[in-house]
Amino acid sequence: MMDRRSLLAAMALGAGGRVLAPLRAEAGETVTLPFGNGERPLVAYPGKRPLLQMTARPPQLETPFAVFDEGAITPNDAFFVRYHLADIPTEIDRQAYRVAIQGHVERPLELSLADLKALPGQTEIAAVNQCSGNSRGFFEPRIAGGQLANGAMGCARWTGVPLKSALDKAGIKAGAVQVSFAGLDGPVLPETPDFAKALPLEHAQDGEVMLAWGMNGQDLPWLNGFPLRLVVPGFYGTYWVKHLNAITVLDKPFDGFWMTSAYRIPDNACACTEPGKAPDKTVPIGRFNVRSFVTNLADGAQVKAGRVPLRGIAFDGGSGIRAVEVSTDDGQSWSPARLGQDLGRYAFRVWNAELDLVPGPHALRVRATGNDGGTQPMEPRWNPPGYMRNVVETTRVQAA
Amino acid sequence: MIRSILLPAAALAALIGTAARAAPETYALPEPTAQFRAPSDPGHAAGFQAAQENCMTCHAADYVAMQPPRKGAAFWDAEVAKMVKVYHAPIEAQQAKAIATYLGATY
Repeated sequence: MMDRRSLLAAMALGAGGRVLAPLRAEAGETVTLPFGNGERPLVAYPGKRPLLQMTARPPQLETPFAVFDEGAITPNDAFFVRYHLADIPTEIDRQAYRVAIQGHVERPLELSLADLKALPGQTEIAAVNQCSGNSRGFFEPRIAGGQLANGAMGCARWTGVPLKSALDKAGIKAGAVQVSFAGLDGPVLPETPDFAKALPLEHAQDGEVMLAWGMNGQDLPWLNGFPLRLVVPGFYGTYWVKHLNAITVLDKPFDGFWMTSAYRIPDNACACTEPGKAPDKTVPIGRFNVRSFVTNLADGAQVKAGRVPLRGIAFDGGSGIRAVEVSTDDGQSWSPARLGQDLGRYAFRVWNAELDLVPGPHALRVRATGNDGGTQPMEPRWNPPGYMRNVVETTRVQAA
Repeated sequence: MIRSILLPAAALAALIGTAARAAPETYALPEPTAQFRAPSDPGHAAGFQAAQENCMTCHAADYVAMQPPRKGAAFWDAEVAKMVKVYHAPIEAQQAKAIATYLGATY
């Protein structure tokens, strides 16, 4: 098995590689997110439209919120980008690309993209990917980490094969308990824990977890994991390992830093603690909770008094959206919204509503409920790492 | 490989002939531009210099600039300690203290 560095070295030796001088980020507009130190340059990376640049190295790019009003599918060039470690691949030979299926298996494999495409069960699923720390910038008291507004999420149609097909081909040995995943990206310093994640074996074999090469009918964008990433429908993006090149079946639980120390939530029903307090016990983060957003009106918008159309999106961790409601009286009463086309239980669900607004200020609230009964709290919950925000969102408008 | 800079991949493949494989694809990452803020108090000059010399080994300065404002010494002590203990940044204790003090006073 070639490790990441020798693979990169081998790629560097490949004939015919084009070498481009690094670009400097284009100077452009700045967006100011509504929290302290919320200034973000809008930067167009290759293959991306101008996105909010949270950090340049490694790149972390947030989707401008207005994009979510374009529909239930987030365009590839607008999809958010999140890396942890700065040694990210800048040259990849798709012919030479291999993903290893290794560890506690009968037949270790190195599969090319063509091999993957020949596996049984090629499929497509519309699914939301959302960063665990989406909306962290809104936590109070505020927390160290990536200071995101609500744009570290997106919904795409992912094309690939079930991970189960690749695992079946390798043959899982008796006694296997977990499967770990690693990609081409890695740390600058060899001592820094390399990014790798793990899933329980039964989850990895559920037929939904996918090895995906396609996104909205095209190759994965480079910064979204070209040429192959893991897709874990309903689960936070931390598990959707990019540039995936190593899948390891384990006969004992994975002990890597990014599972045992990072991306953990309080082990209680709300995944929350009293603000400022540490939890007694933690577990790895898992499924999304339910969220909903107004997309056609920004906070602070001016609207014409009278009948005002409202539009937005809702999603949850895979039970599917049962209902979306809107309120103009701080949640005293709620009116149902109409749900739009159903692209599947893991996708954004577009909704529409109309409100009659008299002249003056209004606070518009939106609340979704999943088929599993999960809904959104009126007051924000808090936890030390700033994960899983799903408070009922409020859009303040002025009708005149 | 200078020629490969000048010619499109298709033209290059034609030059090499039928034995040519498809070229590896490359991605041109924009360079970071953010810089650490100069401290208002010259007493933090050493920490400012140490931050410039160490932090950007692994990440751009915007990682610091985006953090919540005015979180103070304990917040930045904890952040610098995390970089050293968790991510194994090779920063000596005295330098780490100077960096944390500069960050706490400046951000």
